[in-house]
Amino acid sequence: MSEPKPRPDPSGPTSRRSFLRTGLALGGAVGAGVGTGAFAGRAAAAAPEAKNLPPNVPEWSQSLGDGVVSRPYGRPSKFEADVIRRDVEWLTASRQSSVSFTPLHQLEGIITPNGLGFERHHGGIAEIDPAEHRLMIHGLVEKPLMLTLEDIKRFPRVNRIAFLECAANSGMEWKGAQLNGCQFTHGMIHCVMYTGVPLKRLLEEAGLKTNAKWLLPEGADAAAMTRSVPIEKALDDAIVAYAMNGEALYPEHGYPLRLVLPGWQGNMWVKWLRRIKVGDEPWHTREETSKYTALMPDGQARRFTWAMDAKSVITNPSPQAPIHGKGFTVLSGLAWSGRGAIKGVDVSLDGGRNWRAARLDGPVLDKALTRFYYEFDWNGEPLLLQSRARDETGYVQPTKAALRQHRGLNSIYHNNGIQTWHVLPSGEIENVEVA
Amino acid sequence: MSRSRNLIPAALAAALLAATPVAAERLNIGRAATPEEIKGWDIDVRPDGQGLPVGKGTAALGETIFQERCASCHGEFGEGAGRWPELAGGSGTLKSENPVKTIGSYWPYVSTVFDFVHRAMPFGAAQTLTPDETYSVTAYLLYLNDILKDQDFEVNEKNLASIRLPNEKNFFMDDRQTAEKEFWTAKPCMTNCLPKEATITSHARILDVTPDKAPDSAKKAPPVQ
Repeated sequence: MSEPKPRPDPSGPTSRRSFLRTGLALGGAVGAGVGTGAFAGRAAAAAPEAKNLPPNVPEWSQSLGDGVVSRPYGRPSKFEADVIRRDVEWLTASRQSSVSFTPLHQLEGIITPNGLGFERHHGGIAEIDPAEHRLMIHGLVEKPLMLTLEDIKRFPRVNRIAFLECAANSGMEWKGAQLNGCQFTHGMIHCVMYTGVPLKRLLEEAGLKTNAKWLLPEGADAAAMTRSVPIEKALDDAIVAYAMNGEALYPEHGYPLRLVLPGWQGNMWVKWLRRIKVGDEPWHTREETSKYTALMPDGQARRFTWAMDAKSVITNPSPQAPIHGKGFTVLSGLAWSGRGAIKGVDVSLDGGRNWRAARLDGPVLDKALTRFYYEFDWNGEPLLLQSRARDETGYVQPTKAALRQHRGLNSIYHNNGIQTWHVLPSGEIENVEVA
Repeated sequence: MSRSRNLIPAALAAALLAATPVAAERLNIGRAATPEEIKGWDIDVRPDGQGLPVGKGTAALGETIFQERCASCHGEFGEGAGRWPELAGGSGTLKSENPVKTIGSYWPYVSTVFDFVHRAMPFGAAQTLTPDETYSVTAYLLYLNDILKDQDFEVNEKNLASIRLPNEKNFFMDDRQTAEKEFWTAKPCMTNCLPKEATITSHARILDVTPDKAPDSAKKAPPVQ
């Protein structure tokens, strides 16, 4: 049981904090702050010991290194120690019900390493012995099933790359630019390859009754997370996954079993999956009533907002990853859509006045992160960088102003508005909004 | 994917189906869950009351439990301590600049209170309240929100679902694809999309929420080399 922690930094202006709390803390999801490590790392690299530089022969060229299995499970170089998930401790009441953020500005390609995908727990990380874990499928089925992990691995398998985005990603930014770093503005997302069994296959094994319309997946953690999932999604592309990026799920991602619902809000991808009940109506659980509903300006609230709309962000340059001097510059970013594949990404250097097509590189997959690049010569003048994603359904990522026109300022979730980074002549970058 | 399936001509789709193992065939993996096993885990409750266990409680009894087990986080009157959630109050605030979303002001269904209190509360001691205790805590939360006026009114598995919350009617199904149709139909503009040069309207720095742990060197970009 965690005690509430006192609010830190009592000397700071309270207006910021109340702004933050009303902005998002009510929504059960959080975010803030700017990471620091990247700069420290670069500073160290900027002052190398000359003895290892040409014309001298480096010390690592003259003595043996560690042997095999000195690292039975490999880890990144010690010089990459700042590439980590970060949280903002003062933003939530406890770390057991909190969030950490993916360091998007330090990652390449479209696959998130297993140790760096953002976390969102509601009752801490359940450490589950797979021998003592069961998946129960019951309710409106012909044969209620009890499955061990070994049982589940006997079913035909599928592999699928999919992004997982928290519906509250960028939720802190509804009322205005707040956080200097894409890790914090956009870091509640990751993308990995899952291995598992199509949920459809498991439901067929249990045998759905004709009035089966909804599922209630439930976690085995101390929050016993539950969400109502319509049967259409379950029979379409849902997966009960036990592996990510080729190895067993990590505990913080639901070991030994999690639900995968490509394109849909991350809260529904129940981790530590222990039970699936089949019913004929939704349950209206706490996470789909009190939370994850979008309050509109007229006081009404939108519910069951499952799909994540098309969105993108420039990860480099960004506030945590400044530009190091004039000249040839690679702009890099990520785009995704919960409604299909990314069709294209446009980039603006002048705050959305003029756009140019970015170059997509690497796999462009349905409901997966997609990498884009735009290369240009920077002359040292200020820039207002933006990216705009388009998906195969014809959806065009809207401006924040357009979103606010529809939803006001208090809907917390599904903020997929266009992000602006202001590049200063120094190469420093800040999060701004433009008109 | 249903989308890609739609693109396959029907004849080809039929051939593909024929070449695929029959999907609905049982593989006879696993075993039947027993009624006793199901009973132990089958804890969900839905708005019509399906899933409620036999039991009863009152707000008066619930107050004692709440003060002991819940108030350290949620406050004696459900007002919330520190950053823990508020559970009561907030009536009439949903259209305001700072809406307060509580059981009384926002939640649509009483069943959700019972379900969540039992499955996830008290935080760190989930699924330890008995059905009677859960009914009592639920009754107390309804009492704090002026939904129940009589602290000795007994709530039980038969009448809980008949208690309605005032905000139930204000929820509507996701309508983004119609309400926000313009996001699909907009032709993305490529040149001269703003009438004049873009101007900055807000800076994150003004609200500088950056934790001050960063060394000074982190606040500036490294020198150009």
